[in-house]
Amino acid sequence: MSFRLGVDVGGTFTDLLLIDEQSGNHWSAKVPSTPSDPSLGVLQGVRRVCELANVEPGQIHHVMHGTTVATNAVLTRSGARVGLVTTRGYRQVLQIARSFVPGGLGGWVIYNKSEPLAPLELTVEADERVGGDGSIVAPLDEARLRDALRGLSDSGVEALTVSLVNAYANGSHEQRIRELAAEELPNVPISLSSEVLPEMQEYERTLTTVANSYVRPVVERYLGNLQAELSQQTRGVTLHILRSDGGLASAETAARYPVNLLMSGPAGGVAGAIWGAKQAGFEDLLTFDMGGTSTDVCLVKDARAQLRRETTVGDLTVRASSVDVRTAGAGGGSIAHVPELTRALRVGPESAGADPGPAAYNRGGEAPTVTDAHVVLGNLPELARLGGDMQLDRAAAERAVQTVADALGLPLMRAAEGIIEIVNENMCGALRLVSVEQGYDPRDFALVAFGGAGPLHANALGRLVHAWPVIVPPGPGVLCAYGDATTRLRNEVSRSFIRRFSETSRDEVANVFEELTAGAAQALDAEGVPRGEQVPSFQMDLRYRGQGLLLTLDVEPGELAEGGLEGVGRRFDELHRQLFTFALDADKEFVNLRAVAESRPSSFFAPSIAEGGADAAEAVLRPQSLFCENREHEALIYDRAKLRAGNRIPGPAIVLEMDSTTLILPGHKGEIDAFGNILINPA
Amino acid sequence: MPARIVQRNQAPFENVEVDPITLDIIENALRNARFEMDAVLFRTAMSPGIREQHDEFPMIANADGKMVVGQFGSFIHGFMSAYNGDVEEGDIFLTSDPYSCQGAISHANDWLVLLPIYFEGRLASYGAMFGHMTDVGGKVPGSLPTDARQIHEEGIVIPPVKIYRRGELQEDLLELILHNCRLPHWNRSDLNAIVAACRTAERRVLEIIGRFGPDTYNSALEELLERNRRAMQELIRKTIPEQPQTFEDYICDDGMGMGPYKIRCSMWREGDRVIFDFDGTDPQSVGSINFLLNEEMFKMFCGVFMIMVFDPQILFNDGFYELMDVRIPEGSLLKPRKPAALSCRTHALGRIFDVIGGLIGMGNPEMLCAAGFSDSPHFMYSGYDDNGEWFQLYQISFGGVPGKPSGDGPDGHSLWPSFTNVPNEFLESYFPLRIEVYETIPDSGGAGNHRGGNALRQGYRFLADGEISIHDDRWLTYPWGVNGGLPGARSTKLLQRSDGTSEVLPSKCDRVVVRKGDLLYFNTWGGGGWGDPLKRDPESVRRDVERGLVSREGAKRYGVALDSNNQVKAEATQKLRKKMARRQDGGGLFNRGGEIAELVARCREETGLTPPAPPSFGGGPATG
Repeated sequence: MSFRLGVDVGGTFTDLLLIDEQSGNHWSAKVPSTPSDPSLGVLQGVRRVCELANVEPGQIHHVMHGTTVATNAVLTRSGARVGLVTTRGYRQVLQIARSFVPGGLGGWVIYNKSEPLAPLELTVEADERVGGDGSIVAPLDEARLRDALRGLSDSGVEALTVSLVNAYANGSHEQRIRELAAEELPNVPISLSSEVLPEMQEYERTLTTVANSYVRPVVERYLGNLQAELSQQTRGVTLHILRSDGGLASAETAARYPVNLLMSGPAGGVAGAIWGAKQAGFEDLLTFDMGGTSTDVCLVKDARAQLRRETTVGDLTVRASSVDVRTAGAGGGSIAHVPELTRALRVGPESAGADPGPAAYNRGGEAPTVTDAHVVLGNLPELARLGGDMQLDRAAAERAVQTVADALGLPLMRAAEGIIEIVNENMCGALRLVSVEQGYDPRDFALVAFGGAGPLHANALGRLVHAWPVIVPPGPGVLCAYGDATTRLRNEVSRSFIRRFSETSRDEVANVFEELTAGAAQALDAEGVPRGEQVPSFQMDLRYRGQGLLLTLDVEPGELAEGGLEGVGRRFDELHRQLFTFALDADKEFVNLRAVAESRPSSFFAPSIAEGGADAAEAVLRPQSLFCENREHEALIYDRAKLRAGNRIPGPAIVLEMDSTTLILPGHKGEIDAFGNILINPA
Repeated sequence: MPARIVQRNQAPFENVEVDPITLDIIENALRNARFEMDAVLFRTAMSPGIREQHDEFPMIANADGKMVVGQFGSFIHGFMSAYNGDVEEGDIFLTSDPYSCQGAISHANDWLVLLPIYFEGRLASYGAMFGHMTDVGGKVPGSLPTDARQIHEEGIVIPPVKIYRRGELQEDLLELILHNCRLPHWNRSDLNAIVAACRTAERRVLEIIGRFGPDTYNSALEELLERNRRAMQELIRKTIPEQPQTFEDYICDDGMGMGPYKIRCSMWREGDRVIFDFDGTDPQSVGSINFLLNEEMFKMFCGVFMIMVFDPQILFNDGFYELMDVRIPEGSLLKPRKPAALSCRTHALGRIFDVIGGLIGMGNPEMLCAAGFSDSPHFMYSGYDDNGEWFQLYQISFGGVPGKPSGDGPDGHSLWPSFTNVPNEFLESYFPLRIEVYETIPDSGGAGNHRGGNALRQGYRFLADGEISIHDDRWLTYPWGVNGGLPGARSTKLLQRSDGTSEVLPSKCDRVVVRKGDLLYFNTWGGGGWGDPLKRDPESVRRDVERGLVSREGAKRYGVALDSNNQVKAEATQKLRKKMARRQDGGGLFNRGGEIAELVARCREETGLTPPAPPSFGGGPATG
């Protein structure tokens, strides 16, 4: 028998899912996370889930894991002391950045720039020069550079980045510097810009490579520990890490290029949502993951998450592929306030966080939050325990929300409803970003809600953007572990290829793709995926010559041979028209070519739940009165654990489970499908 | 005769009650639409000036033409009163004539697109945007001739015209315009991109109206304007003194050997209203540094600045305009008479921000920022490359952000909203250039408790013969420091010829011939310092020295003594600071690095350039 294990480490809980690869049987477990060393929680969870399943850990062959270790290092600014080598004349590349000051006209008055990830005092210059065409303009002065590297060594550098001008066109000087640095700075991990991101634009390439260095030691340590401990428990196991783009990487590759892991956590959520919705029969989705301080949304087409060539964590934006998750700074803990001068109702971006948390938590928080508004309206009944043991204090929530009501001159209930409406509007903005603004009509998509607060807002959002049904999968936490366990191995290799269409030919492009494909396949070969199980595909980044944008075109292997460059050009025109309402009669240009190799998707299915009739009376806990659309409604509270397939729930209704609460609005109905998903539609 | 607005549906909008929640939702939706306009433009425009540097300004206005979201002054009212013709559904207007839109745009390089938004046959809103075209023809590549004496020398000037008439592109007209530009494919795609951005505004506005109904939408916009007016009224009452304050600043020269030019503004409050009076500003220049300053635009600048300084929570729009009265003398540098040349207005435009900062800060010294919004230095390079293809670069550089109450000014950053630099690798890949140095200049930021940002130094090695033009300023006058802070460094331009000779180039010059192998050092200005440098934490000074942003010598301006390892010598520092404090005079609010006469007298010695002669102002047309 052989088993695979999905592991998702969240802020509070670590979720695990063990799958029998032959039968599809599975077991899940939830243990507290251990933030100081997350691997402890993982290992404890492995023991727990193996006990539950009565399985020897030695039978686990694959562990698939989404991690936020890299993300947290960036958010808490606790990464490595990074040294940087640049071309002479470019030492301040991170200091100058793109010269951009946020905040509109006059924004500079209140703008204080954060410190670069590689401090200037640890940045040295190499005497060398590569031209824009990759030619060597001036050779590398090795002796002088050795001196500079020794200086860095004395300063206690923990990771080194080499990023030279035009290295995207020729990385030979960077490679030579790596050899020198290996001698002068032994045991310091070295990242080269020509390997991490061989693309034009010196600031973005340098920043991305520095970010890689910044999180590398902590990720290496973590994955090393985890791999060692797992190996001990399991007698040899392959550890795979979920990358930001939703693909899996070997632990070794992940540790070398950890800048690709910054969105590993959200990518797991999206992967889980895809998997869950697929069981319900939907492959075009808007995912909606609402937590305490923020909300992530993503568009999924044909069961694939949209990707973008950028990852943003806090105020850091790097060029690394990630699932195109947009974040709205609004969550259950977002604070509502009414500025004195304008008397407008604002919600967020300040958040009460987990500590002190919403007023209703009774942990010293007094500010009115979104959660408090839900408590006041009756959407979050006192019965809801929010993860186990918390008693909600309705009176405290009312006191808090009353301050907003007074400032607005509105009744309490209307103010509470207003807070929810404003938040929904913010999220609606995020959903528009991934749909309408990319040329997609949200009415063609189902909305999948998860996260602690997602199912409370999902019905309202479905109504705002007309996305039906709204799907609330069971066990939102374990969903990510499902995502981890069912993700495909993926590897991509890309390179800058700046040519006008008129300067190249179908054959030249095909040749480059052939080379790239070989590289992409090698990594999967190394993972033991036979060539027959690998699915190759191509991407090209294109634009009209002179434009700044890059549009990525997915190309089937046969397409280039059949339609040639003209065919590709026509598809580019179409895409440009779809996005921007016009196409141009201008020269088109290649910028990057990319080959992707993926393993075939795994075919595990969720277990069915017990059948029941339409009547859900057995799951009713008690009646509840709730305020909605400016009036009181009588609703019923249901226990999700007791719902059966086929049950129908007329709105208004509240469905409780351990770590989330689903709200079904008046005029809507919920249906339980064979896998325990709640599907909400207009009645 | 004013424009006639043609509507199928003549019913006026009803005034309806809008609850505060709906109001906030509409406000958010409009704000999102305005940012979406930017996003569409950046992604589809072609000229580096727009797509990389973001030299553009969007807005959405209500049916009366008042801006509700955006960042430029409402010109629509003026535009409509000057336009002689019908406005119909499907029309899109284009103009580049500052004299036809009361200076909403201020030189012919800016192309302004206005799209009236109709809902069910009624005019409900406007979307508008303008962007800077890299070239609009005329006597020099880039169309910013320093020595122009009339706007007609500055390229094609497009009066307000319908570029789309009832939804139909007027192709003949477009071809006529493009035929007059050196890089027509850039103008064409940039114009397309601006129109696409305005259509985005239209789509979003129609969605919002569809959701809430036209009456609610219209009433909500009124209320948003009113909300802003109330907030600004409070702010004006709290921050603007009744007794007049006066502030002066200068444009160093006009590029034709004359200068400096004075901009003078007085400000006082009468009840709820604030008056800005530019009486005392120099007459218009015979050259092209004139800045046709739209009064509404100036109100917007002031409003935004006050909001940023005093209460960044306030959402900015046109609502408060009636609370400000702006008086600009006819025939002055800021209200030149047609057909005065306008192309190089960037210097006065930048300087206006320093004037506003000084003027508003005088009454609130703790909120006063130093000078630094002094300019947006332009660099242009054109010629034929090795393949015989025409190339033409227009690039805006940046400098030191001033020291300010909230902290140090960033080094080599932009004061213009949303502007970014052009990646050097992009320049090297698309132009015959190698950028050998791209760094900030140590000690160029004014010393202060909060240090001014450092200037930028960009070293251009030319790989093809060609011509360059430069437009910069603050080479003679200093970016002033405040509250005891010292001025920032002035800008310089040095051309090193491949034959070993070198020359200092003036701050403003056109068609300087460069040869393959020549190297230009383009050095911008530093931001002024804020507060007494002797009060700056010695540890911050040490760190700046360690980072190479301040030199060891420069640390002395802060009274900080360092040992040979660049560590702070605490006792020596204390002593030095005491000694320096005794020597300091009381110091006014502003440190300008000397009176104009002194700067002119020291000019040749300090800058290597001939000092400008006092301006002579003759030669303009008669009034009217």
